[in-house]
Amino acid sequence: MTRHLMLAAGFALAATTLHADVILPDDVVTNEYGDIAQSLTGVPGDAAAGRDVMVNRGLGNCIACHQVTALEDEQFHGEVGPSLDGVGARWDEAALRGIVANAKMAFPDSIMPSFYRVSGFTRPGNAFTGRAAEGPLEPLLTAQQVEDVVAYLMTLTE
Amino acid sequence: MRKTSLFGGAAVAAVAIALAGATSADIGDDEELIVNGEIEMIIETAAPEHLQDRLSTIYSGWVFRSDETQAMQADDFDNPGMIFVDQGLEAFETVMGTEGQSCASCHENAESLSEVRSTYPKWDEERGLVQTVEMQIIECQTERMGAEPYGYDSQDMRNMTALISSVGRGIPVNVAIDGPAQETWEQGREIYYTRFGQLELSCANCHEDNYGNLIRADHLSQGQINGFPTYRLRNAGLVSIHNRFRGCIRDTRGETFSVGSPEFVALELYVASRGNGLTVEGPSVRN
Ligand code: HEC
Ligand code: HEC
Repeated sequence: MTRHLMLAAGFALAATTLHADVILPDDVVTNEYGDIAQSLTGVPGDAAAGRDVMVNRGLGNCIACHQVTALEDEQFHGEVGPSLDGVGARWDEAALRGIVANAKMAFPDSIMPSFYRVSGFTRPGNAFTGRAAEGPLEPLLTAQQVEDVVAYLMTLTE
Repeated sequence: MRKTSLFGGAAVAAVAIALAGATSADIGDDEELIVNGEIEMIIETAAPEHLQDRLSTIYSGWVFRSDETQAMQADDFDNPGMIFVDQGLEAFETVMGTEGQSCASCHENAESLSEVRSTYPKWDEERGLVQTVEMQIIECQTERMGAEPYGYDSQDMRNMTALISSVGRGIPVNVAIDGPAQETWEQGREIYYTRFGQLELSCANCHEDNYGNLIRADHLSQGQINGFPTYRLRNAGLVSIHNRFRGCIRDTRGETFSVGSPEFVALELYVASRGNGLTVEGPSVRN
């Protein structure tokens, strides 16, 4: 078996920048729905970079599970989650940030991975090697990548 | 705070219904698999009783593959896995070890083992544990033949399990899950529903809740093991049951169990029992 499914972030997890303004995964504050009101970085998200997070197998690989009409030119959209068309109209920024960071708050028992969480896993691995994780885990996406993908989702208004 | 959470919820529900429709349309009702024009396979049947609160129908993984891949499995001349069956047969008749015996010395011919694949993993009274076909082969080699045992996932082992599976083709899987095997079976079920790794995915998340759906380019099956070992075109070789399990747990960004471990033996018994009623198909062909 040589090929990995690469459902989410890949080997090259950019280390979380220890920037003064970055909120670390364990310090994120949510309301009862899991909404995250405050930006994780204070730096506005870049929707173009967020688009890359959506489609890249080594990053968010969101289209592994979701269909997105605006990303039609990318191959292989999955059917495991709902279409993301119109999510920017259905949810506000805080809700989308919460869903991407930890979907299990908004949707209990969701199959959707938590992209900005680092604890509470059963037998976490060292990326896709099948071996045990060494040392503290990195989140699947960096704080800025979460902001970028949220900025992209906000553009999906229809 | 949500802008319009009610609307969001309704949209999700609508999509779920649309997906359920796509699922049943994808799984053809009128397909049949008759290997070599003579071995009739049961590729779809009622779920075994223990599974009925979760699934009503079970499907062979063959159902989910492309027409070309399906066709390769329908005729032994087109099935690249059969080369390894031939190699297994050669080994079956070859003396190995200090006792001067071959498998054929005790088992006359491979066909005499036709009931093996459909009933393993199986409780072994003498050793007091559930054994897989591989463990049984290793036991014969070490305790009867005085031979160096095959590695659990070695090429030689996969050739031999392919042979044993091939002579059992068409026989419905019927592994026992009660009596002394029950505890192991329950352990396997526990593993099946555990959400492993940083992606927190269980076997059930993909193979029970989402079979029939695409995950990126992969068409998810029910993850049945009646077709093992499988010939994977992508690997150009045979893949064992435990190797497949290992790959699926690795894909959760999880720490896997090892091939031949008690955890995978338990998981194998449980997954095999989810296929009780489907026919043995190994070596099957997969992409
Ligand atoms: C393994 C599957 C999977 C992956 C990967 C995944 N999601 Fe999801 N997502 C789901 C499912 C399923 C739901 C529906 C909620 C539920 O019932 O769990 C969902 C819901 C959502 C929603 C709310 C949709 C709505 O209409 O209300 C958003 C937004 C979302 N996902 C964004 C993302 C983004 C962005 C990524 C990647 C960074 C991603 N998802 C990756 C499975 C996934
Ligand atoms: C991230 C999703 C995912 C998870 C979680 C997962 N699998 Fe799979 N599995 C796949 C994909 C994709 C395939 C290849 C297509 C198919 O046959 O479904 C596959 C194939 C299989 C097959 C081969 C089926 C065949 O007919 O060739 C078996 C057996 C299997 N999985 C068992 C398991 C078990 C047991 C677990 C839990 C330990 C598991 N899987 C967890 C995605 C997953």
